[in-house]
Amino acid sequence: MVTPLHIGVLALQGAFREHRLALERCGAKVTELRRRQEDTPLGGLEKFDGIVLPGGESTAMGRLLVDRGLLEPLRACIGRGMPVFGTCAGLILLSRELEGPDGTLLEQPHLGVLHCRVRRNAFGRQTDSFETALEVKGVAQALEAVFIRAPLIVSTGPGVECLSFVETGEGMLPVAVRQDNILASSFHPELTDDLRFHAFFLDMCRAWREQGRA
Amino acid sequence: MEKGTIRLKTGLAEMLKGGVIMDVTTPEQAVIAQEAGACAVMALERVPADIRKAGGVARMADPVIVRRIMDAVSIPVMAKVRIGHVAEARILEHLGVDYIDESEVLTPADEQFHLNKHDFRVPFVCGARNLGEALRRIGEGAAMIRTKGEPGTGNVVEAVRHIRMVMGELRHLLALPEEEVPGYAKTIGAPLEILHAVRREGRLPVVNFAAGGISTPADAALMMQLGCDGIFVGSGIFKSSDPAKFAKAIVAATTSYNDPAVLAEVSEGLGEAMPGLEISSIAAAERMQERGW
Repeated sequence: MVTPLHIGVLALQGAFREHRLALERCGAKVTELRRRQEDTPLGGLEKFDGIVLPGGESTAMGRLLVDRGLLEPLRACIGRGMPVFGTCAGLILLSRELEGPDGTLLEQPHLGVLHCRVRRNAFGRQTDSFETALEVKGVAQALEAVFIRAPLIVSTGPGVECLSFVETGEGMLPVAVRQDNILASSFHPELTDDLRFHAFFLDMCRAWREQGRA
Repeated sequence: MEKGTIRLKTGLAEMLKGGVIMDVTTPEQAVIAQEAGACAVMALERVPADIRKAGGVARMADPVIVRRIMDAVSIPVMAKVRIGHVAEARILEHLGVDYIDESEVLTPADEQFHLNKHDFRVPFVCGARNLGEALRRIGEGAAMIRTKGEPGTGNVVEAVRHIRMVMGELRHLLALPEEEVPGYAKTIGAPLEILHAVRREGRLPVVNFAAGGISTPADAALMMQLGCDGIFVGSGIFKSSDPAKFAKAIVAATTSYNDPAVLAEVSEGLGEAMPGLEISSIAAAERMQERGW
């Protein structure tokens, strides 16, 4: 019998329960992460086959990442090639540069490992939140995509592959990207019953484990 | 492309889970709340403790106050309307607030009917003391529920009573044989189809926060341990001796509610919590939790 993949879901705040349920339905084992597990550079996170950063409020999560000693261990694990999947606030935490809805640069604690510039609340407030169906390259022809006060990727650097786009006032802009071991989306696959994006991420985790996690 | 769907409304509440929503009356307070790690703020003219003190009729906040707070922070902004006040709700929807609280903290506009919340694009949160009340509100379109507790008292006992009641009745409903469900719907006065939805999912179909009397990190952790998904703190932050410190400590306690080491650390040297009120000292007619049905 194959050992199930073991995924750490950041559970400081937000839609961690929905990610846990989606991953478990795909056959993975899930541990909720609320603090550094060990006082080592990798914080005890190295045992996981992948990490999920859920939707939620990125400012709240960013501060708690610092206070609970998780920011540096997460950055180190991602740097070593551990697969990570960030949705909405997770995308914001992963990205290198953040800006407000008006384009001004924002300073808030984040990981900064994904070569993207992300605009927070880019589509407007809650009454502008929307759902639609999107083609996501390598994942699905028409994936249910739920955008809630969603961020938008306004520019990408080298090594970032854009998997999906939406039409905006500034033309087609990416809403799902992959950069090696980092996968991220503006929308919330955890809020739908469509498990294909999670299955795609678990394939990345499986491949990494089979390569000997290095 | 679709907007205003129930999934978008309940979805935003899912994003707030494990977090703290703080009452604020000025943009400066909103920034303090955001810096402390609040997942949303409630924009008000007065916090519940002051509403209690002022007496008279409490109404929706001045739109100028709400707008200034919306401009000051990037986290979601909520605001309160009187129970059943359609016009106040339309005003807040027009302003673009992210959530409306149809709240017993304000003086009810309608003693018989709550709002038809399905009719709005903006999502609503409502208070409840028991399962029947929670499911009636969900039936009317509420996308999030909170305990009523007794607002502005700094006394957690009513919030505890309400979450115990909701969770106890929920366990009862989940254990019932199918043929007893319609009778139970009648007993608790809630729509049968919502009871069926609860049984299918094995839990409330929307997020359930604690509110009404939470004033310390330990109070927040208690409510989370009793099964709440997150915390509203009204007067507890800005009526304490050190709001920024209390705010940060309550945020940490809500996330780490099962971690006594963190709870002990953040509870240390906090200073004075807000002054508390014994519930029996409040005349029955002045208890806010009795408003609504």
